[in-house]
Amino acid sequence: MAAEFVIEGLKATIEGKEILKGFNLQMKGGEVHAIMGPNGTGKSTLASSLMGHPKYEVTEGTVTLEGEDVLEMAVDERARAGLFLAMQYPSEIAGVTNSDFLRSAINARREEGSEISLIKFIRQMEGKMKELEMNPEFMHRYLNEGFSGGEKKRNEILQMMLLEPKIVILDEIDSGLDIDALRVVAQGVNAMRSEDRGFLVITHYQRLLNYIKPDFVHIMMQGRIVKSGGPELAERLEAEGYEWVKEELGIEDETVGQEA
Amino acid sequence: MMTQTILPVDAGRLSELSLRSGEPEWLKESRLKALELAAELELPKLEKTRIERWNIHQYGSYKESAAIAALNEAPSSIAAIVGSAEEGSLIIQRNSGAVYTRLAPELAEQGVIFTDLQTAVKEHGELVQRYLHTAVKPEEHSVAALHAALWNGGVFLYIPKNVVVETPVQAVFLTDDAEAAFAPHVLIVADSNSSVTYVDNYVSGKNDAGLHNGAVEVFVGAGAKVRFATVHQFGADTTDVTYRRAIVENDGTVEWIVGEMNDGDTASDTKSVLKGSGASSDAKVIAVGSGSQKLNYTTQAQHFGKNTPSNMITRAVMRESATSIINGITKIEKGATRADGQQTEKVLMLSPKARGDANPILLIDEDDVTAGHAASVGQVNPEQIYYLMSRGISRADAERLVIYGFLAPVVSQIPLEGLREQLKSLVERKLGQ
Repeated sequence: MAAEFVIEGLKATIEGKEILKGFNLQMKGGEVHAIMGPNGTGKSTLASSLMGHPKYEVTEGTVTLEGEDVLEMAVDERARAGLFLAMQYPSEIAGVTNSDFLRSAINARREEGSEISLIKFIRQMEGKMKELEMNPEFMHRYLNEGFSGGEKKRNEILQMMLLEPKIVILDEIDSGLDIDALRVVAQGVNAMRSEDRGFLVITHYQRLLNYIKPDFVHIMMQGRIVKSGGPELAERLEAEGYEWVKEELGIEDETVGQEA
Repeated sequence: MMTQTILPVDAGRLSELSLRSGEPEWLKESRLKALELAAELELPKLEKTRIERWNIHQYGSYKESAAIAALNEAPSSIAAIVGSAEEGSLIIQRNSGAVYTRLAPELAEQGVIFTDLQTAVKEHGELVQRYLHTAVKPEEHSVAALHAALWNGGVFLYIPKNVVVETPVQAVFLTDDAEAAFAPHVLIVADSNSSVTYVDNYVSGKNDAGLHNGAVEVFVGAGAKVRFATVHQFGADTTDVTYRRAIVENDGTVEWIVGEMNDGDTASDTKSVLKGSGASSDAKVIAVGSGSQKLNYTTQAQHFGKNTPSNMITRAVMRESATSIINGITKIEKGATRADGQQTEKVLMLSPKARGDANPILLIDEDDVTAGHAASVGQVNPEQIYYLMSRGISRADAERLVIYGFLAPVVSQIPLEGLREQLKSLVERKLGQ
């Protein structure tokens, strides 16, 4: 069954300041939705609030995945329900190897007693690392420790490929990537596109969307979606910037908290 | 103001004990002199630790222990530890005395001596006398003095010149009778160009409170290599005060691996004296504190020789309301040119009531040296937990990964696989998993 992911009227605050101001979106498996917008419009807050980052507090609205209430779930439960967030700034964790971490993550989805065998796991991990043109030594390196920006992003995509989530949120996956790394990361994402998996691609730049073709493009300003369209919307933003959107909608300052 | 040390035994009783055990005259004199010192000396000064408030007076009195003929008669509390040692070299001390001694025949043939220290003073008196109490001196403080007066059982390990011992030599010290004195003394002498690995375990299983006042002296000859690994896993019934010292001659190497897994209050001090040129020292301490434990761990390196590298690492995890003071002291004496002293102390606190305090100290009296220190005290980073959980890992497992990750860089460097596994399972036990 194709995953259905529905966000309705989502409001969220950080340290008491409201950043998301009624965000609505419906997506299904097989679809790629791009969220675009200038800096400071709430894009990353959206990603963190959906995943359940402890610093963000959801004050209103609902989020459901296949009818299940996501906001009622703890962070790990959201992940096991099928949500995956490729983070803009992945944590570095010394002493925990990439492979130990990923095997724990895979086994967390399995019943006790039916854990993935070590050999099978290593074969899978090696295969996916090859697709992402990652040096095999990253398997035994400590999680993200000393990784370059590009290596961290590849590692996020590696996790996504191995965990096979239903809804994938990519938060500025293109930031800090050179064109070769961007191509590899996009290939990884495209390889995972399927009828039952949805993607929410958050980006500042249209460049990424040349590699990951979206079905829908949404423009975010002042903590909500202000305009939606097809891929042609992204192309117009690339050519003309965001000014015309602001003019069309009568927005003077697109950032959150300045609209009053 | 002097505080009067309450002596657990009087001189008459001490010399009677010594005579009854058939000890040589020099040892009886040594014990009596140490007892006099104990009456005069103060308790050791421990950084930010009020050891005088600890339960450090329950010495008990000397009691004979019945020997065991075979390992399958070993008390159940240590059965798992001694289980696989049937073929190797092993000494078991229970309370005041050794109950089992086995030296692998091939080592005996090469002239290796491995016996409890009380036997060694009779059979190898001159050799023992040359070294005993010269590294941990009774003059240091009342605890060291009382140890020198009262020590019992113990281990004497001597490796002759050029002899390389491949299989680790082991000892197990068990206190399961609170009335019996328990003060083992470990004396290791590695003659020039010899090599040995020694591993011991300290275990308790008794109902009433008691004290372990222990001392370790390691003498590393020129070009010799001693790897000393020790795991302390006393229960809350035992207060543990242990002083370890190594004296390292030219081009000798000492390697300390210390697992501090006690459940009771603990003070330990592990020091390498790099006497000869080219002597080196490496110390790794892994500690987990829980309950309301008070802990004071010190590592020290004192450089006299030229070209002497030392490295000290302590990593401690504190949960519940455990308190730990972690000291690292690198002392480079005048003339120890091109010495290199490095140290790192890190504490990870798992609860708001846990306390950790890292005190790195560099004392350098020579210009032509390199030295460095790093210390950190912190809590589990919530961003890391969030990241791990966002991949479906439960909070408990995420915390476990971060805690093991904190210890892993040190544990993974331990060259003995069995010990590595034992430490991992003790860490799990201490973390309540």
